[in-house]
Amino acid sequence: MRQRRHSRQILLGTAALTISALALTGCGGSNESGGEAEQQQDAAAAFEGRGPINYVSSRDASGAAQDSIDKWNAEHPDEQVTFIELPDSADQQRQQLVQNAQIESDTFSVLNLDVVWTSEFAANRWILPLPEDALPTESMIPATVEAASYRDTLYGAPYYTDGALLYYRTDLLEAAGVDAPPANWEEMTAACDKVLALPEAADMSCYAGQFDKNEALTVNFTEAVGSAGGQVFDAEGNPTVDTPEALAGLTQLTEAFDEGLVPSDAITYLEEQGRRAFQEGELVFLRNWPFVYSSLTATDGSSDVVDKFGISAVPGIGDNPGVSTLGGRNLAVSPFTENKATALDFIKFFTSEEESKARLDKSSRAPVYPSLLEDPAVVEERPFYPTLLESLENAQPRPKVVQYGATTTAIQEEAYAALTAEKTPEQALADMQAKLEELSAE
Amino acid sequence: MSTSTPAPPRPHAPGGPLPRKRKPGTRSPGEGRMAALLLSPTLLVLALVIAYPLISALYQSLFREESGLDENGFVAEGESFVGLANYTDMFVGESGARFLNALANTTFFTITTVTLETVLGLCLALAMNRAFKGRGLLRASILIPWAIPTAVSGLLWRWIFQSDGIANHLIGSEILWTAEGFQAKAAVIIAEVWKTAPFIGLLVLAGMQVIPEEVYEAARIDGAGWWRQLGSITLPLVKPTLLVAVLFRLLDALRMFDLPFVLIGPGKQSVETLSMLAWDESNQLRYGSASAFAIILFLYVALIAIVFVKLLGADVAGTKEVRTLRKGGRTRKAKAL
Amino acid sequence: MTQIPVLTPTETPDDAPQRKLKRRGWKTYLTYVGLAAIFVYCLAPFYWMLVSSFRRTADIFENSPIPQPFSAENYIKVFDGATLFGRALVNSLIVAGITTTAALVLGIFAAYAISRLNFRFKSVILGVIIATSMFPGISVVVPLLRLFTDIGWINTYQAMIVPNLSFAIPLAVWNLTTFMKALPFDLEEAAMIDGCTKWQAFRKVLLPLAAPGVFTTAILTFIHSWNEFIIALSMINDPNLQTATVAISKFTGATEFQAPFGEQMAAGVIVTVPLVIMVLIFQRRIVEGLTSGATK
Repeated sequence: MRQRRHSRQILLGTAALTISALALTGCGGSNESGGEAEQQQDAAAAFEGRGPINYVSSRDASGAAQDSIDKWNAEHPDEQVTFIELPDSADQQRQQLVQNAQIESDTFSVLNLDVVWTSEFAANRWILPLPEDALPTESMIPATVEAASYRDTLYGAPYYTDGALLYYRTDLLEAAGVDAPPANWEEMTAACDKVLALPEAADMSCYAGQFDKNEALTVNFTEAVGSAGGQVFDAEGNPTVDTPEALAGLTQLTEAFDEGLVPSDAITYLEEQGRRAFQEGELVFLRNWPFVYSSLTATDGSSDVVDKFGISAVPGIGDNPGVSTLGGRNLAVSPFTENKATALDFIKFFTSEEESKARLDKSSRAPVYPSLLEDPAVVEERPFYPTLLESLENAQPRPKVVQYGATTTAIQEEAYAALTAEKTPEQALADMQAKLEELSAE
Repeated sequence: MSTSTPAPPRPHAPGGPLPRKRKPGTRSPGEGRMAALLLSPTLLVLALVIAYPLISALYQSLFREESGLDENGFVAEGESFVGLANYTDMFVGESGARFLNALANTTFFTITTVTLETVLGLCLALAMNRAFKGRGLLRASILIPWAIPTAVSGLLWRWIFQSDGIANHLIGSEILWTAEGFQAKAAVIIAEVWKTAPFIGLLVLAGMQVIPEEVYEAARIDGAGWWRQLGSITLPLVKPTLLVAVLFRLLDALRMFDLPFVLIGPGKQSVETLSMLAWDESNQLRYGSASAFAIILFLYVALIAIVFVKLLGADVAGTKEVRTLRKGGRTRKAKAL
Repeated sequence: MTQIPVLTPTETPDDAPQRKLKRRGWKTYLTYVGLAAIFVYCLAPFYWMLVSSFRRTADIFENSPIPQPFSAENYIKVFDGATLFGRALVNSLIVAGITTTAALVLGIFAAYAISRLNFRFKSVILGVIIATSMFPGISVVVPLLRLFTDIGWINTYQAMIVPNLSFAIPLAVWNLTTFMKALPFDLEEAAMIDGCTKWQAFRKVLLPLAAPGVFTTAILTFIHSWNEFIIALSMINDPNLQTATVAISKFTGATEFQAPFGEQMAAGVIVTVPLVIMVLIFQRRIVEGLTSGATK
């Protein structure tokens, strides 16, 4: 009896809180609309105000970004740039950026954005369109400029870029009598057949990419579709994963799992696990980003493949050339910051060819200027840059959609279901197409 | 204690009605005022931190963001009032399946982890409550799992459960712990129980420490063995503390977020909880439905808490246990005499 | 019978267990096996953390039980100037310390009121208090960010402390109420008969008796706010005010694809070990204090 009364009182208490909450609704909630609307539109006129600004980014472990900022600060005593550090995790970075845009905080002035966030931030008016001719876009890799644009307007200044590379074991290919890296999956499979027949390669697997349910799977799926001659979205922004090309691409991946070309635990691989498997001599071929190069060449005994690997473009499927997606970062200006003129000048300075070149001393991040990727002095240090440039010139951006989060989730969900044989590739693609159509209809 | 303190009062002063012995329910206005004074800071702080977000979530959950694009490609401004549509949409179609999956996961994780934690926590407390050398060290080391920040321990377990990590290495298996499937749930449960059993253990231990030794002595004189003592003294007397500990674990487990997020990853249906779902919705800028999920989760947690209190009688406000203890004291007195 | 029956059975004179030891040797043995199992279970993952923290970045994936070669590089990196990790530890200490103190003071007040005073709606109040622990933490962030921006609390300690109180207080109130309930009224009544005021009876009789509960609540709330992350991350952007968990989240690997696992584990060790040592010291102090207080 008593028990019941107490618990009823607790229930009442909870309810009281809820009801008082309802009653007070007027003072809660959001008056979000308003500010944003006026902030927008005329781009050129928007860049006014000078003074201190904040640059918001995850830390650059190499220290190169800080060097650029220090140089700027030395030259602009009245327009100091402060580095606000964000977490290492991209999810958390985006969450912080979105939160601050939500409350229209003027703290975040210059934002360091992943290329895939461009459309979303632009469409939500969380970044400003850059004035025409603000940047020397003609001397940058076109795909990077494309990835920094939304509906043909440039919103971001390309900062650095990333493309897919195929790492392969030169020593084993040579031993197996294969003289050139494979141009497509057929050649790669054939090369593996020969290599894996070698006694020294008995326990190895042929190939790995990144297949965990993660952004990296979207990358690998998009590349497979692109390498089969397809596209995830067409030029008008309509999803096109119900095409034979997309099916060929996904089927190539699922077959690679079925046939054991890919080790079964690759379903848990992100970039690092694959890097490590290759580095320890467990893989003949690896799809990965350029960052792997410095680990593979490490001479501290951690790498088993020093001087035993080569780099080429990712393989095509059928007669199509291999296609890389594009990674990297852009800098953009928040509409809520006071000192937009300073912010614009700063991103011009920061992403200039000169600063990009200066950062190469410390940073392994690939600049967006072909002239630097081909610079003999640079290539001597990083012999894979010409291959990377080639890869980037063929690169396709990942889907350029406003609702990128939901889009990439849908892609990962269905591609993962196909790779784990939960669905047939046909079914997975049909479901993916349906989800993407629903998203683009919204 | 200093000399100004009166001699330690005997717990059972002989004879005479005690001045404060009043029937429960008799209230003096002075005590009411005093209570209001003592409670108001607490309520004020909580109102500031929780009431405002709760109100704004309730309000927000009745609206839906415009998600269409205008002809220039900008997201349409503002939001429209949709009444309870965010709530009703939760149960239908694709998102309905996802919601029910998250609800099932949340419930499953809560039941399994809290049960295991309770059993383990009790064992920990019983172990720590014994006299042996290095007990202080054991007690402090038991704290370690709880003391490691969740984000860090999530990473640690992710590392342990990698396909070629130490877990597979030790048990000689090739389980893909972080891939979709039941093993992912198991990984979360193992890590969560490891992390939070100390919470229950420590609270229960504190509860055991206030049980007077005399109660046990009396029982020993009566010839009660260890199990009898556990069943008829320890457990009944730590019950209020244990229930509070379990209640708080329930509330936390129902809102579980970081661990599956870091350990297995966002978007994995095998481990997606309601909190993760709410996070994902707000991450995709659907604040209306994110708020609706948060409110539903809040109500679900409240419901579970009420059912728990009702079924097991976490009688915090009541006086039952006090009486039990007094009875224990009286037994002791009888024996001592 | 000359002592207040305060303390644990385990704090009683040593001869009792020793007698037991002779009588039931195998049982004691079994107990120790059980204790060892618990010890291993709690510490094995931590051991792995420790081992990983002493590996070089290049060997971070190794499964050897002892780091080979042994390297302190992760610890050096953690305290590298750019991370301001030492500063972050101090901030964590400030935030968790104030949170704990405030939660205990408020919690003791509230628990005393609920357990010792007669007034209406006790259960309602308890219900409201615990209801605040039912709202998902991640949904609190954006509204609070808006609120704190409006009142100028961004980059202040109170922006972290006040939200931390929202989980610390319910635990403190509920837990301490249970403890005070469990302590007999008789003692305070007797003290008041002996001429103590209500306040003295509370301070000199009730509070010492409730010490194990207070101490445990303090540890748990301290650790809880020591580990808080998302609020501290969202409300603070000045690196001089960030807490240790936030600082850890900002560690970066050589590239964005490489998690700084070794550093994260090293930092995990650094934030955990002092906590445990602190508990060890406090534990001894408090137990001593109690024992001496009780036997006088």
